[in-house]
Amino acid sequence: MIERRPGLDLLSHLILLLGVSIVAFPLYLTFVASTQTAEQISSSIPMSMLPGNHFLESYRLALFGGETSLGSKVPAVWPMMQTSLISALIISIGKISISLLSAFALVYFRFPFRNLFFWMIFITLMLPVEVRISPTYEVVSNLGMLNTYAGLTVPLIASATATFLLRQFFLTVPDELVEAARMDGAGPMRFFKDILLPLSATNIAALFVIQFIYGWNQYLWPLLVTTNEDMYPIVMGIKRMLAGEAYTEWNVVMATAILAMLPPALVVILMQKWFVKGLVDTEK
Amino acid sequence: MEKRVRFKSGWLPWVLIAPQMAVVLVFFFWPAGQALYQSVLSQDAFGGSVQFVGTENFDRLFGDDSYLNSFKTTAFFSILVASIGLSVSLLLAVMANRLMRGSGIYKTLLIWPYAVAPVVAGVLWLFMFASPMGVVAFFLRSIGFEWNHLLNGNHAMALIVMASVWKQISYNFLFFLAGLQSIPKSLIEAAAIDGASPWHRFWTIVFPLLSPTTFFLLVINVVYAFFDTFAIIDATTHGGPGKETAILVYKVYYDGFKALDMGGSAAQSVILMVIVVALTVIQFRFVEKKVQY
Repeated sequence: MIERRPGLDLLSHLILLLGVSIVAFPLYLTFVASTQTAEQISSSIPMSMLPGNHFLESYRLALFGGETSLGSKVPAVWPMMQTSLISALIISIGKISISLLSAFALVYFRFPFRNLFFWMIFITLMLPVEVRISPTYEVVSNLGMLNTYAGLTVPLIASATATFLLRQFFLTVPDELVEAARMDGAGPMRFFKDILLPLSATNIAALFVIQFIYGWNQYLWPLLVTTNEDMYPIVMGIKRMLAGEAYTEWNVVMATAILAMLPPALVVILMQKWFVKGLVDTEK
Repeated sequence: MEKRVRFKSGWLPWVLIAPQMAVVLVFFFWPAGQALYQSVLSQDAFGGSVQFVGTENFDRLFGDDSYLNSFKTTAFFSILVASIGLSVSLLLAVMANRLMRGSGIYKTLLIWPYAVAPVVAGVLWLFMFASPMGVVAFFLRSIGFEWNHLLNGNHAMALIVMASVWKQISYNFLFFLAGLQSIPKSLIEAAAIDGASPWHRFWTIVFPLLSPTTFFLLVINVVYAFFDTFAIIDATTHGGPGKETAILVYKVYYDGFKALDMGGSAAQSVILMVIVVALTVIQFRFVEKKVQY
């Protein structure tokens, strides 16, 4: 602290509190809506700002589907959450695994076309999947991967964020470790497994947090490659529940929104240290 | 930077790099090549005849008012998202940085929207402004402001800007906070001893030293507004009313998958690729050279 300015401190707290409440208000409202019935939400103008007592009802309906009190059918969200979880895990683990191997090859070996490979991998950093949706869609459909986990995940693995971060990290690992390993007669894969992997543990954790959120929150890509309800991730399922604004079962939609936010938000808050590290490192 | 010590093996590196190269070739270079190729072809909607049309797809795009308008919409939208998002998060980060106690709690309370999927962010904000039960729409109506994002283009734009900024605040906040914490305390102390007020210190010392972070975030926010906000728009306005919130990515999707104009969509993809590459090059050049640490 440079100097004491109690007035300014108070102002800082006020501004931060205001910021936090603006950030949190939509979440609060979502929670409140998920504890009321659809009629309560749509008939009272404006809706009540206090939590109702239909918490269990809304969430049971959202998770397992069924008929609402208005008689419309609601799809079950539970299988969608499983789809989301599986694809997020495939994306994060897949990306980290292939990146570990290729970064190891790029840093610890000299071989023909190494520089060409390097640039071919790193140019992918520039173009997000949103830019090349229609051609990528055609490729995936030609390969018969529509409505499969492979189609949902593999095209999203084709980006070099993780490779780039791991390469940067490997370059900072002291050369003496390689020399020591070689002197003890360890081959490259032994070195990779017993020395490099344990050293990269925090980087891998940080990458995992970022990639998990990235995978869980994918929307546009699943929208294109899935036409089968069994393969809808939750983020997409929620959009499909918005029929017309007035007739939407808002309590179920909002319960679904909470369910869709919960896993990635928990990952961010519980793994905050790694999350911040991952975020700052991947963008460096 | 290169390693001095390496392993020797003729085949191992190829095996190690093969999985990534396979994925990159099949799902990156092949589609990118396809986009370039298709952008010079014309295909009828039933997938029948295909013919080479040269730059006709591009000419058609640049002669198309709705495409040019989409450019304007995108530019306007990204300027709003980037400027509002950056100023709000900078203010919050500066405030959190000067507090001795409590900044950790504020940080935790501010970073979680990063985890929220854009489409969920869209749904949350839509709910607050939806009529008749939307709380904020009701409040606005009670003070005599008729909110209707289904009919009024400006209201629709305001809605997607708010949702997009809300989603991005946590990201900007974290980077600003990290940037602020890396500024040497001694500089600020020296200025304080010379009698500079906090306001003065901020604009003459902190803000210039923060310029690399600000510039980096500016590029990131523009890229975010260009691409990641697709889901927010698809959840709230569907590009409407009319085409007033149809940003470029939304148009690529709409023309390719709803209007089935593959050639036009591919040409749009190519233009988007050029924009992203330009942004990336600008970022590298300026961050490395112009902006001083």
